[in-house]
Amino acid sequence: MTTTAVSETSVSRSTPRPALASLTHTRLLVWRNLVTVLRDPQAAVFVLVQPVMFVLMFRYVFGGAIAVPGQSYVDYLMPGIFVQTVVFAGITTAVGLSTDMRTGIVDRLRSLPMAPWVVLAGRTFADTLRSAVVLVVMGLVGLAVGWRPEGSPLDLLVGAGLMLLFGHTLLWAYALVGLRSSTPEAAQAATFPLVFPLVFASSIFVPVASMPGWLQGFAENQPVSVTATAVRALAAGTDGDGAVLQSALWSIGLLAVLLPLASWSYRRAGS
Amino acid sequence: MTRWAVQAEGLTKTYGRVRALDGLDLEIAPATVTALLGPNGAGKTTAVRVLATLLRPTAGRAVVAGHDVLRDPDAVRRTIGLAGQYAAVDENLTGEENLRLLARLHLLSPTVARRRAAELLEQFDLVDAGRRVSRTYSGGMRRRLDLAAALVNRPEVLFLDEPTTGLDPRSRQQLWEVLRGLVRDGTTLLLTTQYLEEADRLADDIVVIDRGRVQAQGTAGELKGRLGATRLTLGLGSPGDAHAAAVALDGVGVDLEVDGARVVLQVADGASALAQSAARLHRAGLAALTAEVTEPSLDDVFLRLTGAVAA
Repeated sequence: MTTTAVSETSVSRSTPRPALASLTHTRLLVWRNLVTVLRDPQAAVFVLVQPVMFVLMFRYVFGGAIAVPGQSYVDYLMPGIFVQTVVFAGITTAVGLSTDMRTGIVDRLRSLPMAPWVVLAGRTFADTLRSAVVLVVMGLVGLAVGWRPEGSPLDLLVGAGLMLLFGHTLLWAYALVGLRSSTPEAAQAATFPLVFPLVFASSIFVPVASMPGWLQGFAENQPVSVTATAVRALAAGTDGDGAVLQSALWSIGLLAVLLPLASWSYRRAGS
Repeated sequence: MTRWAVQAEGLTKTYGRVRALDGLDLEIAPATVTALLGPNGAGKTTAVRVLATLLRPTAGRAVVAGHDVLRDPDAVRRTIGLAGQYAAVDENLTGEENLRLLARLHLLSPTVARRRAAELLEQFDLVDAGRRVSRTYSGGMRRRLDLAAALVNRPEVLFLDEPTTGLDPRSRQQLWEVLRGLVRDGTTLLLTTQYLEEADRLADDIVVIDRGRVQAQGTAGELKGRLGATRLTLGLGSPGDAHAAAVALDGVGVDLEVDGARVVLQVADGASALAQSAARLHRAGLAALTAEVTEPSLDDVFLRLTGAVAA
């Protein structure tokens, strides 16, 4: 180490408009989180290979045993499995945040002059962008294995937007889990009871009508199923009985609760 | 009124019934090194976290670089640097990217951020490693990168929580050199340490804390002197002479002990006690064959302070 090194770069301490600064902070942290995924081969495999495996498994292994009235199973399956993917995406959000807490990175970020929510926004927006890429890849794999959506390109875009909004909303819940967990392992474990009932007691893989009566009420109306129904309608180019609006309202309502809750939890992190 | 770089009054932080900080007072002059010294669980890390705005105190107030940590935390954050107990570097980013990211988060322009990162890599001997992802770094390199990361904004006040834990002696020496350089250039440094040697070698001022309170404060020399642990050992001709000498020397030191043919005195000032003893022994018709003055070590001071509190 050179102790005599002359450092001339002056670091001016300007205070720009807070909103503008927060935008810059979020953008930088999104970049950091995306680079982290790209450089971690394990994470990349988890993110991309697992959803594709699910498509192939349900299409070719379980699909033969599941009959959906009035529709080919692959056309029923694909919208559902898209939704499952955006719901599962948050596991890495929880684990990533928890890891950042463990390694002291959250402490360092909290010692910087930034709004408390930008660290969470950087994480959730990066993970949403990642989900968008994964959806495109899955769509292509779906087309290759016989998925034939009949909706217009605009319908499909609206469907993708709806799913990404829903997925993004859930990411704030995952963020909350990550912030409240003592270790990354604990964070991962804590996400399962949150996610499994939502994903499997839903219309993602099988029609709700095939479930016992006591389960149908929950499975029919919970937001994962509502979103899957909406995307199915959009992909088929049919009217979804207001499912699109319902899904959007679920997302906005949940976000209004989760976002402040997660920000509050972040401010208190480590105290 | 002097403008302190760090000033804390009655800082208290409680977790349920545990008092991590219990009325901590602190005043640190600009461009000095202060070491918070204390055993595990003394409240060192909690104190640093409160001063660095990571933790809200339950009671008390603190001003860092002229800004109140509770009323204007963002102003504090702009002027401080913090390196915690763990090297908080992003393993998947290169050393250069880590520094550039933090510089950009401090809202430096891309060009300035790049320049600042390059400067710090050079200062911390990481120019070649700067292009590698930090996952591949050794422990010492990570520590250096972490410290560099705390300096991107040229902090006025730098907080280091056990900065040299886990470093080999050579890396520790190097780090001390860098820190001395920073202080010469005007940075105020507050570090926590469990190493007495580190406090002794690096700090202008040592604050011994235990149970969330300041137990003693001063320079290493002052602490040693104030606690009067200097020892004067006089060798007499025989145990009998030693007992006679003990009577003659009564009142010279704060404590006196006969050990065989030796008399051991605890004194405040070694030199004057020696002169006084020689005179008294002479009057009593005795003479010391050997005399030895042992200055106290900081370990003695530390053990006395924290041991006395624990007892």
